[in-house]
Amino acid sequence: MSNFSVGFRSSGAVQILDLQGELDAHTAAELEAAIQKCQKDNRVHILVNGANLMYISSAGLGVFMAYIEEVRESGGDIKIAALQPKVYNVFDLLGFPMLFDIVETEEGAVDKFSSPSAD
Amino acid sequence: MASSTYTLTIPSSTRFLEDVREFVTMHATSAGFDEMEVEQLKMAVDEACTNVIEHAYAGQSEQPIDIAIILNRDKLTIRIRDKGQTFNQKTYQEPDLIKYAKTRKSGGFGVHIMRKLMDEVAYNNSGGYNECRMVKYRH
Repeated sequence: MSNFSVGFRSSGAVQILDLQGELDAHTAAELEAAIQKCQKDNRVHILVNGANLMYISSAGLGVFMAYIEEVRESGGDIKIAALQPKVYNVFDLLGFPMLFDIVETEEGAVDKFSSPSAD
Repeated sequence: MASSTYTLTIPSSTRFLEDVREFVTMHATSAGFDEMEVEQLKMAVDEACTNVIEHAYAGQSEQPIDIAIILNRDKLTIRIRDKGQTFNQKTYQEPDLIKYAKTRKSGGFGVHIMRKLMDEVAYNNSGGYNECRMVKYRH
């Protein structure tokens, strides 16, 4: 039984992934599969909505790390939005804000995809 | 000095990480640690157990991992024991985030996180097992 799931939604050209539950070494493969599916479908403007993500360990962070360059090379990005403060703290601990676009709201992240120079 | 010890043994599979986090949350909360500290303890133990599963036991899923929480008046100690391969601290290097992304590396942050979250992290391998001991002091 896994307590983690990924939901797929779209907003124009942006592929939204709704993460729900706890992301650890056991469930990280599901996030990996979701990102791979986006790549396969050529949906590389990926917005990860973390509003219902309750926990993340380094195994989960590692998935973002493993795909960010590849996604950017194909002209897209992985933006992360709506993280709960306790989960954001973990991203911050490892310096992720330096490497990833972490946005407060989903709307803000969608806007950034449509006007990438506006940061 | 008076102390209380709580123990949990899990098989070396990532399926049980959830149980480990629940065990830590329960005891750290009832010991009076605040929500942020409980999150930190939970994550440090998750990372330590993940390392044992993935490195010490290298994917064998039925080996034992013994976890103990030792509560003292001034601190909480977590002791994790396994009988797998020994973690070599000498060859361990702190990860560089930018370099990691460039090389598409996805692991190797566990020990770094444990050291950031806990006041003390020490490894020992005498007595026929590997032991990781992590301490968090009460403020």
